[in-house]
Amino acid sequence: MLLAAVQPTTTWYLVLGALLFTIGAVGLMVRRNPLVMFMCVELMLNAVNLTFVTFARMLDDIGGQALVFFVLVVAAAEVVVGLGIIVSIFRRRVGATADDLHILKG
Amino acid sequence: MNAAYLIPALPLAGFVLLVLFGRKLADPLAGWVATLAIGSSFVATAVTFAYLLGRDAEHRAVTKSMFTWLSVGGFQVKASLLVDPLSITMCLFVTGVGTLIHLYSIGYMHGDPRYSRFFVYLNLFAFSMLMLVLGDNLLITFLGWEGVGACSYFLISFWFERESAAVAGKKAFVTNRVGDFGFLIATFLTFGAFGSLTYHEFLPKAGTASHTTLVAIALLLFLGACGKSAQIPLYVWLPDAMEGPTPVSALIHAATMVTAGVYLMARMSPLLHFTPHVLDLVAWIGAITALFAATIACAQDDIKKVLAYSTISQLGYMFLAVGSGAYVAAVFHMVTHAFFKALLFLGAGAVIHGLHDEQDMKRMGALRKYMPVTAATFIIGWLAISGFPGLAGFWSKDDILAAAWGHSKALWVIGAVTAGLTAYYMTRQVALVFFGQPRWKEARPEHHGAADKAELTTPEPVAEHTADAGEHHPVEPHEAPPLMLIPLVVLAVGALFGGLLNLPFGTWAFLERWLHPVLGGVAPEIHVAGSTKIGIGAVVTVLALIAIVIGFSIWSRRPENPALEPLVLKKAWGVDALYSFLFGTGGAFVAAESAAVDKQVIDGAVNGTGSLVRLAGREGRRLQTGYVRNYALGIAGGVVVILGYVAVRAGG
Repeated sequence: MLLAAVQPTTTWYLVLGALLFTIGAVGLMVRRNPLVMFMCVELMLNAVNLTFVTFARMLDDIGGQALVFFVLVVAAAEVVVGLGIIVSIFRRRVGATADDLHILKG
Repeated sequence: MNAAYLIPALPLAGFVLLVLFGRKLADPLAGWVATLAIGSSFVATAVTFAYLLGRDAEHRAVTKSMFTWLSVGGFQVKASLLVDPLSITMCLFVTGVGTLIHLYSIGYMHGDPRYSRFFVYLNLFAFSMLMLVLGDNLLITFLGWEGVGACSYFLISFWFERESAAVAGKKAFVTNRVGDFGFLIATFLTFGAFGSLTYHEFLPKAGTASHTTLVAIALLLFLGACGKSAQIPLYVWLPDAMEGPTPVSALIHAATMVTAGVYLMARMSPLLHFTPHVLDLVAWIGAITALFAATIACAQDDIKKVLAYSTISQLGYMFLAVGSGAYVAAVFHMVTHAFFKALLFLGAGAVIHGLHDEQDMKRMGALRKYMPVTAATFIIGWLAISGFPGLAGFWSKDDILAAAWGHSKALWVIGAVTAGLTAYYMTRQVALVFFGQPRWKEARPEHHGAADKAELTTPEPVAEHTADAGEHHPVEPHEAPPLMLIPLVVLAVGALFGGLLNLPFGTWAFLERWLHPVLGGVAPEIHVAGSTKIGIGAVVTVLALIAIVIGFSIWSRRPENPALEPLVLKKAWGVDALYSFLFGTGGAFVAAESAAVDKQVIDGAVNGTGSLVRLAGREGRRLQTGYVRNYALGIAGGVVVILGYVAVRAGG
């Protein structure tokens, strides 16, 4: 009952988006499993999507929602490429972490 | 009259021909081609001379224009030839003596590996020299001036395998640059003052320029003449130039090129006329050079070095004449000197040739029995240069000394002493070379490397003798081949009778009358009474004869008289050492300092930039860890910074 009294405002959605983004960003930086890092990227993308939708609602502008579809499509394509890369990495070296792949070190 | 074009054109044609086909023509055909070129140039000169003789005295200056060389606004330089008595006189002896020396070189250079190239240079030299004297403006003269300078360099260092020859060539070139600098500046000043460089345009109005400008032009031209004609202080290159083959010494460093300075002075005489103080300077420099070089010549052992210093001394005489206003006497002495000095040089060359590259007079002696023709002609040259009555040098030297007497008694005294010294050192040379005891058989203590052709990879016959030249001469001295003797004989005739050109008896003074249209108008009158002239002539002649007797009695008996050859004279008064100290040490200091600046400042900047980049790279590569998370952190940090900036801007 108490919860029902709380009326979620757009700010809540923005804060949720920011939180999700931060979790994704921190996760990308602290985790070494490529698969988990990849999921973190997805998390960040979707946090941005949430923000877009929220702003579209706030500003009553359809542009934000339209952009979300672009992001979704690009994310889908990115998932295909990214998972392909990750699979090929795991085929070469079993149990590799992202830190093992530092051959671009200067 | 169009033969005038041929005078320089023929040696040029010979030069081109030899450049293209010289190697194919080879030895001795290349030499004959070159001789033919200069010989026909002599014929062309003679034809032109005859043509000029056929005209009135006042119409003997003809400009033969070829093409416009430069045309910059109002400044026009035409490549034209000025044919007048002065230039034709020069051309006659340049081509005449030149032809004889070419002929001599055919024999002398026989067997040299660069035979045809030698004649390429000789012909190019003849062309340049003829352009120098025939040019109708200062720029064409300068062209020839530089041309002879370059050829002189090529020919002095002709045997460049020998270090000393290469160095001597450089020395001559650098020393001459100093003089050329003066010539160039004088040319600029002349154009600035008169707006023209053509002799017959600016010389008649020489008096219109300011006195300062005239003095500057005269001084700078004299500097140029000092370089080319080896006067104090720029004479140092000439003795070293003896490193070149002997015909070169005869042609360039005795008979022709070195007279270019005297020619220039004579050509510019209408201008010099307005600067009497410069003329005084010219006379004094000439006289001092004459005496100075003569003293050095008294103590030299190298047969060519004696002649080299003698040349400097005689050139000093010519400048003494120019400075005294006796331009005709200068030209006269130039001509007679060309005869007897070329003769002496070629004779020395024959001796060197006959003794298989021995140049030390102390190792000669009694050669008259082995080389009769050379000895006879050399003796004629000796008497001519010593001023023996009746011979060429007697008349021309007397003319100069008479002019010096009229100009200043002190100059005359210097000139007379020099005349005595000249007779003495030439007698010493003749006595050492042709008289006394034969000394070429004695074992030489050490090979001093001054031999004319030594250490060359020449094929027969030179090489087989140089091989054992270190110990002794197994072969008797021999007379030079006929090809080399013909020029000697012809020049000996010139040395005997050259004086007839200008006998000091009224109508007999051919040269005086011939040159009068060019030089007569400006030369100050020299008032020397006839009896005085005879008197001073007699004094000088007696002086010379005494010197001959003394010299002969000393040097034909003993080849070693250390008291008469002080070290200071052997070392040429230490002038070379002084110059080395002044310019060498100073130059080395500047060079060392510049090198230090280059090393530390310039190289430092360049290397510093390099090491800075390396440092930046070494430190910068640490940023590239290869860990994705680091890059992600960087991106995140960047985003935060940008967002912060935007937020602050938006908020502010």
